[in-house]
Amino acid sequence: MNFSIADPRDGSAGFRDILLPKWLSLRNRLRRERSGAGTRLLLLVLLGGVFWAGAFAVSYRVLRYFKGVEEIGPLLAGKLLGVGLLAFAAILLLSNLITTLSTFFLAKDLDMLVAAPVDWVWFYLSKLTETLAHSSWMVVLMIVPMLTAYGIVFNGGPLFPLVAAGVLLPYFVLPTVVGSVITLALVNIFPARRARDLLSLVALLLMGGLVLFLRFAQPEQLARPEGFRNLLEFIATLRAPSHPLLPSEWASASLMNWLLRVRDPLPPFLLWSTAAAFVVIGASFHRRLYAPGFTKSQEGANRGKVGSMGARVLGGLLSWLPVTRREFVLKDVRLFFRDATQWSQLILLAVLLIVYVYNIRALPLYTGERVPYVVVTLVVFLNQGLAGFVLAAIAARFIFPAVSLEGRQLWLLRSSPLDLRAMLWSKYWVGTVPLLVLALTIGFITNQMLQAPPFMLVLSTLTTVSYTLAVGALALAMGVFYPQFETENAAQIPTSFGGLAFMLAAVCLLTVIIVIEAVPVADQLQAWQAGAAVDFPGSLILALGLVVAACASATVLPLHLALRKLSRMEV
Amino acid sequence: MIQLENLTKRYGKFTAVDRISLTIPQGELYGLLGPNGAGKTTTMRMIAGILQPTAGRALIAGIDVNADPIAAKRRLGFIPDRPFVYDKLTGIEFMRFVAGLYGQSGPELERRIGELLELFELRPWGAELTESYSHGMRQKLIIASALLHRPEVIVVDEPMVGLDPRSARLLKDLLREFVSRGGTVLMSTHTLEIAEAMCDRIAIVHGGKIAAAGTLAELRTQTASGDVPLEELFLKLTGGLSEHELSELFDR
Repeated sequence: MNFSIADPRDGSAGFRDILLPKWLSLRNRLRRERSGAGTRLLLLVLLGGVFWAGAFAVSYRVLRYFKGVEEIGPLLAGKLLGVGLLAFAAILLLSNLITTLSTFFLAKDLDMLVAAPVDWVWFYLSKLTETLAHSSWMVVLMIVPMLTAYGIVFNGGPLFPLVAAGVLLPYFVLPTVVGSVITLALVNIFPARRARDLLSLVALLLMGGLVLFLRFAQPEQLARPEGFRNLLEFIATLRAPSHPLLPSEWASASLMNWLLRVRDPLPPFLLWSTAAAFVVIGASFHRRLYAPGFTKSQEGANRGKVGSMGARVLGGLLSWLPVTRREFVLKDVRLFFRDATQWSQLILLAVLLIVYVYNIRALPLYTGERVPYVVVTLVVFLNQGLAGFVLAAIAARFIFPAVSLEGRQLWLLRSSPLDLRAMLWSKYWVGTVPLLVLALTIGFITNQMLQAPPFMLVLSTLTTVSYTLAVGALALAMGVFYPQFETENAAQIPTSFGGLAFMLAAVCLLTVIIVIEAVPVADQLQAWQAGAAVDFPGSLILALGLVVAACASATVLPLHLALRKLSRMEV
Repeated sequence: MIQLENLTKRYGKFTAVDRISLTIPQGELYGLLGPNGAGKTTTMRMIAGILQPTAGRALIAGIDVNADPIAAKRRLGFIPDRPFVYDKLTGIEFMRFVAGLYGQSGPELERRIGELLELFELRPWGAELTESYSHGMRQKLIIASALLHRPEVIVVDEPMVGLDPRSARLLKDLLREFVSRGGTVLMSTHTLEIAEAMCDRIAIVHGGKIAAAGTLAELRTQTASGDVPLEELFLKLTGGLSEHELSELFDR
């Protein structure tokens, strides 16, 4: 080994050198996971396959239908693609805003790279590529089944995948550059951690707005032939996506031109030339603003004093608890409301609930006609399933990450005389009590809206309470079995494998509940149709007993196993 | 008092700590030295109850950490090498939380928190989120928190890293005062001068085993070294490049 001083002109790192460690890390991680977790891989492939098949089936069915509409069929397909690509572009832009902050300003490798003799152009291009890969892979996964359906329905031919790749590359580059420039400007104004909080909030607000916009646009009308006139009106109101200056419109036009055999080189030219120009402009911004921005990103987030009025009030309310449990609850509440990546998810929760209640409202039970008792009962019964799924999604967001968020501080809990059982139960109640309140509120509102019969009200309330207690336990236990101690962003924890496994477990429990209750509910309806009195028969009580027993097992067993795992966990 | 009886930790085929046995009596400051990866931190984390031993046991004040963890941990103050604290809590809130873990609250606690913040010069920062603290300030916050419940035993891993000279001096005085009042300290460090100046006895750990243990004089006798400084003893026991070998490395 030679330790003598080298010639300073010897060389500097390039594009490949900067990205190689990322690639090697990914490869090593995949290798390690492949060797140790066959079931996990199988489950992911299975779920991915189901998602792709579902997305493909829906796209295929809609496109077949459009293709069958004379004259305007291809136009509708083109419009749909344009709207889809515009929505994806919005998601990409938001995703890039956040990802740029990590890759360009907060990543662990930056100190080393900035201190190394790396040419700024290579640094910019490699970090831009990394940002693009991180922010776009999920959209790619969503876009592939949709474009496959386009290629098959419109006979795109064997070259269509290549054409699609050629169109999508500049389409993905544009929001990456725009996102990186906006973040660069923001970091020059705010410290990076503050900017991250701000961006998380803005991104979630915009995402929530987008979901509400798409829902209130009533896309279900597309599926109804009798609503076709409305569809035309709907498309006529969507003038914005038809704007000729939007890259999503160029991408959509390039793809549709290929599929409809129209020779027009302008859309792909506009797409590629704009993307190239944006990269150059982005690079010039980077050259001017990166160094001061990176310096600013090293500053701390907040040197201000924090208010603790709320915590004092809560502390007073919890004064009946033993000091250890009280301090634990207070700590969890404080951390939740001070971390923008955690509390801002309440926005998504609100959007989810608005969309859910709106969906109930949009059911054709409110057309003014008298709806048969059987239909109302069935809808109320199925609503239990839907509400159960919504509750599981909320538990995945707020209860599943509870143990992961202890992360690097677990040394403190493990070295202190804290009873792990107390910690686990404290986390369970802190997460489950608000969930239960929410579940009962949703149940009450939607059952009122649906004018549920009394026996369904009793059934639904008891089922909701038992299921919510179980789902809270499952979420917490799965969080113990699949912790994400290294993740800094709380919002990313539910999207891990453990989060997926929890959702599957919750859906399985929900299926069991629905299957158990379906038979007595069906018996009730048959009795009603036969003119018998509707009360609360023995079969329903038995079913309810079984559901309570199943939920009690799904509460106690996971918590017991989680406690055992937690006591053996090494950090 | 700390007792380690054949304490062992294996990760698969790799043995990180290999049948370590030690007794550290009350009123003694014991130093644990060794090269990187020797097994010092693993040993300390087993004593603190963070890791479970593969074999053997650790006792704090005569209580087995694995058999009765809560009783053992009540007597322990653990200070880790990396100061991870909750970023979104203020210094005072963090200390209150730690005290809560030991079942403490009330005006007496508030007074003690104030005293410890004052002692470690953290009072002006007490109401600010710890995310704005420097590495050294976090380290001081953790040390102060470990003293809140007045432990009998302190296990401290690399305490001087990140501390400014004044705080390092304060900690040295504090630990010496603690043992003079009957406390027990097990401390790991890479700073041999500190070990030499502070520790009553020293164990040199190498490859998961104790290579030598005793007072400085006993170590010299055990290794048949003359009146050499601790650094020479350490290199002799753990291996190290000689001046000649280093020179060759630069020339090649």
